[in-house]
Amino acid sequence: MSEHEIELSVNGRRQVVRVPARRLLSDCLRHDLACTSTHVGCEQGTCGACTVLVDGAPMRSCLLPAVTVDGCEITTAEGCRAPDGGLGRVQRALVRCHGVQCGFCTPGMVVSIVAFLRECPRPSPEQARDAVAGVLCRCTGYQDLVAAVLHAARPDGGEGG
Amino acid sequence: MKPAPFDYHRPRSLEEALATLDRLGTAGTVMAGGQSLVPLMNRREVSPANVVDINSLVELSGITHEDRAVRVGALVRHAGLERDAAVRRRNPLLAEAVPHIAHAAIRSRGTTVGSLVHADATAEMPAVLVALGGSVELRSAAGGRTVPATEFFLGANRCCVAVGELAVAASFPVPPPRTGTAWLEVARQRGGRAVCGVAAVVTLDAGRRVERATATCAGVGATPVPVDLTEVMTGARFDDLARWRVAADEGGSALAPADDLHASAEYRRHLARVLVERAGRLAAIRATGA
Repeated sequence: MSEHEIELSVNGRRQVVRVPARRLLSDCLRHDLACTSTHVGCEQGTCGACTVLVDGAPMRSCLLPAVTVDGCEITTAEGCRAPDGGLGRVQRALVRCHGVQCGFCTPGMVVSIVAFLRECPRPSPEQARDAVAGVLCRCTGYQDLVAAVLHAARPDGGEGG
Repeated sequence: MKPAPFDYHRPRSLEEALATLDRLGTAGTVMAGGQSLVPLMNRREVSPANVVDINSLVELSGITHEDRAVRVGALVRHAGLERDAAVRRRNPLLAEAVPHIAHAAIRSRGTTVGSLVHADATAEMPAVLVALGGSVELRSAAGGRTVPATEFFLGANRCCVAVGELAVAASFPVPPPRTGTAWLEVARQRGGRAVCGVAAVVTLDAGRRVERATATCAGVGATPVPVDLTEVMTGARFDDLARWRVAADEGGSALAPADDLHASAEYRRHLARVLVERAGRLAAIRATGA
């Protein structure tokens, strides 16, 4: 079956990798490129743990054969850190609001919220709920996740206490 | 799980894609957004020998605002429709239904035409296409044809796209003057599959009386089920609540949904009846300002 050489920009770094057509982007990131923040849960697009940004848009990496995103820019949770290498704004808000428990869904939450806030920088609580609805979390009950979205959206970046 | 091995083809033009599909015949499967196909492949419910990826066919990526329709190319993502201000203005039914499709991460990859071809019995886009009297354009190496929505859907997950054919666009007609539309849906969780969804299209006369009313239901049959409310509603004032109730009762009693894991037939019929009534009333109110 066919193998393909593809080029991805992963968190700003150019990567060339040879993959069989059946290799999912989620597995390509984890196994070929050691980006293990991308968690694989259901592998059928339901749980959202594997969500990454493809050219800035959130997508399920388990629903994308890697070869189909040849040439794209991929951002994982590793790529959502602050310029100084510490936790990014969304990640800090999640920690602060207790939106992280077991951590399995967290990478999918981080990239989903980052993408959402770019489109909707001042969300209502209703919009904030919608932002996290696409990723399954069995720990938090979502209240703290919604709080984290709203916290990260504050004009001071949630840094003012 | 992971997909079974397959050969991957990425044609660079429509002509190349059609030639590839022609050559592969039954062994070729088209992938656009893949948001319905890849789950099936991961679960090994389908194991295509050849996947023909049409994501390079930029000629299919446009939303075209024609005189009387919004034409959606095969590579237009749901999110692209969602963001298009002219779609919201010219085709509010389409704009209202799109955000109900799964979640943002699915809508940013999944295509509207792909959703039509997948023909899920509970999906939004097939019901909207039927409600508006739209059509799908098919091309093959041998030529092309345009299939009206009423003939396009053949059954649950079955449509009339033949071997070697590619759905290149769908046309969603713009509602005529004095026409209001509404999409209402009940799903068990936000972004989940609809138990029932209803697309109402109501046209009023100059005196704000109903001239024509239909409600197209998703989730109550193998394909979208249009319910014609015109006979009961003709001549009624747009806000004649008693008449809307009678129309929904009569329309709803003709529905024959099936039991499944998610809802009993009785519950689905009840839900459809309630949604038909609400969507009809809402569309009629909107028609007064259209």
